[in-house]
Amino acid sequence: MELYQSTIHELHDKIKEGKTTATEITKAVLQRIDTVEGKVHSYIRVMKDEALAAAAATDKEITKGNIKLLSGIPIALKDIVCTKGITTTCGSYILHNFVPPYDATVVEKLRAAGAIFVGKANMDEFAMGSSTETSYFGPTRNPWDLECIPGGSSGGSAAAVAADECVASIGSDTGGSIRQPAALCGIVGMKPTYGRVSRFGLIAFASSLDQIGPFTKDVEDCAIMMNVLAGYDPKESTSVNVEVPDYRQFVGRDIKGWKVGIPKEYFVEGIDPEVKAAIEEAIKTMEKCGAKSVEISLPHTQYCLAVYYIIAPAEASSNLARYDGVKYGFRAPAAELLDMYKKTRMQGFGAEVKRRIMIGTYALSAGYYDAYYKKASQVRALIKRDFEEAFKKCDVILTPTTPTPAFKIGEKTDNPLQMYLSDIFTISANLAGIPGISVLCGFTKIGLPVGAQFLAGHFQEGKLIQVASVFEKEAQSEKRRPKL
Amino acid sequence: MEFEAIIGLEVHAQLLTDTKIFCGCSSKFGAAPNSHTCPVCLGMPGVLPVLNKKVVEYAVKMALATNCTINPTCEFARKNYFYPDLPKGYQISQYVYPLAEHGYVELEVNGGKKKIGITRIHMEEDAGKLLHDEYNPVSYVDLNRTGVPLIEIVSEPDIRSAEEAANYLKSLHEVLVYLEICDGNMEEGSFRCDANVSIRPKGQKEFGTRAELKNMNSFRNVQRALEYEIKRQQYIVENGGTVVQETRLWDDAQGATHSMRGKEEAHDYRYFPDPDLVPVIVDTAWIDRIRADMPELPQDKRERFIRYYQIPAYDAGVLTADKALAQYYEEVVAICAQPKQAANWLMGDVMKFLNEDRRTIRECPIIAASLAEMINLVEAGTISGKMAKDIVEEMYRSGKGPKEVIAEKGMVQITDRDTLIHTASVTVDEHPQQAADYRAGKEKLFGFFVGQIMKKTQGKANPQLVNEILKEILDKKND
Repeated sequence: MELYQSTIHELHDKIKEGKTTATEITKAVLQRIDTVEGKVHSYIRVMKDEALAAAAATDKEITKGNIKLLSGIPIALKDIVCTKGITTTCGSYILHNFVPPYDATVVEKLRAAGAIFVGKANMDEFAMGSSTETSYFGPTRNPWDLECIPGGSSGGSAAAVAADECVASIGSDTGGSIRQPAALCGIVGMKPTYGRVSRFGLIAFASSLDQIGPFTKDVEDCAIMMNVLAGYDPKESTSVNVEVPDYRQFVGRDIKGWKVGIPKEYFVEGIDPEVKAAIEEAIKTMEKCGAKSVEISLPHTQYCLAVYYIIAPAEASSNLARYDGVKYGFRAPAAELLDMYKKTRMQGFGAEVKRRIMIGTYALSAGYYDAYYKKASQVRALIKRDFEEAFKKCDVILTPTTPTPAFKIGEKTDNPLQMYLSDIFTISANLAGIPGISVLCGFTKIGLPVGAQFLAGHFQEGKLIQVASVFEKEAQSEKRRPKL
Repeated sequence: MEFEAIIGLEVHAQLLTDTKIFCGCSSKFGAAPNSHTCPVCLGMPGVLPVLNKKVVEYAVKMALATNCTINPTCEFARKNYFYPDLPKGYQISQYVYPLAEHGYVELEVNGGKKKIGITRIHMEEDAGKLLHDEYNPVSYVDLNRTGVPLIEIVSEPDIRSAEEAANYLKSLHEVLVYLEICDGNMEEGSFRCDANVSIRPKGQKEFGTRAELKNMNSFRNVQRALEYEIKRQQYIVENGGTVVQETRLWDDAQGATHSMRGKEEAHDYRYFPDPDLVPVIVDTAWIDRIRADMPELPQDKRERFIRYYQIPAYDAGVLTADKALAQYYEEVVAICAQPKQAANWLMGDVMKFLNEDRRTIRECPIIAASLAEMINLVEAGTISGKMAKDIVEEMYRSGKGPKEVIAEKGMVQITDRDTLIHTASVTVDEHPQQAADYRAGKEKLFGFFVGQIMKKTQGKANPQLVNEILKEILDKKND
């Protein structure tokens, strides 16, 4: 097996045993990027020089015996997390030249843990999309089938891990933007509880829904990443001060006697038969592991998409108001202020972003607020309660991550509503603020990965690591890799 | 037809916290442009606000001082609009759930008291400032002020005249400064006021159409603007027209209000709860701690001064208008135990000097103990009231104590009876005609003799003693 194909824990062991170095690993990954990036296009920017310099510095530390959790591990950052001195575009022309003077809290944490940043990963513009096609910098392709989308909005981060262009990566999830691409790329992706991982330095899409999380090659790596990422941040008011357990201790613990909730509302029309079959197989696998499946109900499921597409654009319309050409980023030349605003935003934002700003502005307007935003907030509370009720009856919930496997590039770009449906199973977790994880649960006949999603109650990431690691071990007998 | 004015005021007060409301930048006025900024107050991508607790404490103080009900939970909301001095494209303010509501302040009106209702007090962040180039079509943005904490105090439409409005404003101003939560500087914009005003025929219940007045940066301008606007509306109505709802700007130079037509008025702020901040919970324990930390308020102090020092209401009003002045006064009285005399000296000569030099009591060269000593010297008869006036002036100019000034100028009063008898006798003898006239009944001439004696003694003679002795001499020779 090549170095770049390894997991965090495998590489960590090798470094510890002195069998490899940070520089060797980083070079291997950079070499891999050189080889496949032309096909996949996971990155907006590859940080070759910075990565090699960081690796050399890490190796000095390693020789002193200072080996940290992520020492020498090449990691990709979605280009939505701010990196001090390194252009951070959010996939948009309006920020194509924006260089933050600060690091996101997660960047500080990862760096402190020894991580080597190899690049800024491609994404849908401002994380608005489910296919990474709305990026100003062009689409990313699915490593399993280059004709297909990798999912989105964190498609670059997911594809980079699946194509071995990094060992692990960071994404953000507002309505499924980690779990959906993880599923479509056949890797592990976790959206933690809202407030578990700091949002400071994460360029906001929808502040009450956004959450940063990891993409990894296996569940154990996910636990390691969560050990680094999770924790209270005084720089964020919505960060929650709940003790962070050692997530790694949950890896492989048996789930005998667990109740796995199967929401009946999630197995209705629109699901691809192969996805449905894979999930039914997953339920059987869970039972083989000693868990019991129970049917549960999440009665307000049908409203999730509608609620999401009011709240998320409403918050976005306000969050994106700062991109006005006055202070940083792109400014269109114009003779007067109003003209400058209009031209900057017209030329700086792509179509999907403008669509959502329009929807959100409308939903918050005088005379419509009560009917839209306020009503949506009320229904959101009901959706949250659905989950509270459900978790009285089960330990975790199992659903498909996506209704279909990866679709073709361009297939849904003209039909936003069809595109929005890709997130139908993932959106509810963001609305409720609960954690979710997507793991590979099988392949379609033509070889596209299918993901299973586990959901748990607030701050129950440990449970997700536990169930997903057991499931991963039982379900994945053969290790497939995309042919690139 | 007789009209009455309906006025409501919105006051913005900058809070005197060391740092801004949502980041750690200094909130001090007057620094080099954009030197008090950071990624948070610059509205950079991905940054987040964290509430400064001091802001809540200061706002609660004002809410308590104005008899408001403090809501156990309040919430920040975003007010969305585009302007270059607003880096996030929204202002973090409060909307549906403000910090405090349903308060009032009491004003003295024609000897009685009138309550002006306070609708609400809420917290928000200030915006930056635009600087327009005088010679080129360019504007610059200074974001030092962005994120400086403000409270907005909204009154009920309870005010009925321009004068009452000014009094209400002065009362709020006084309380804010007393609480030491706002420096009250109207020129630098730390205390700002907008007004809503309409008129209606006396006796009518419904309100008329209101105009919103802006750009009034002094108490006087608020009063002038309102007086102008009330007359303007009255003129319109009396001539069969209708008042239009609009925002009008006060033009100080022209002494008139002008309509601010255009886009600025068509705002839909699209308020919604700020998802980056959590609800603010103000429990009774916290309120109690804040209350315990509050100073005596101006109105309470005024009443105490009248009751305890037995001074007129007018004096108490002047002395308590400034907390430092009141403190100075109390220090003086504590030493000399003569409340009325202390009030007279302070409100008279001392204030006159301070006003001439545009100084505050804090900068007064006469320390409280010296003024008290001077009052005691007058009371003891060591110096006359007239001499005291000169001495106080010299104390003010030199910063010296009264005894030092007296010694330097040889200003001790002549109280020796024999000396004065001699001087008085000589004086009467020098003016036989006047003495005869006096004795013939021209009693007015008594003053003439007093004046002559004072002249001879360079004003140092004790006037009471002079009166006494002169009377004796003039009346004796009459026998």
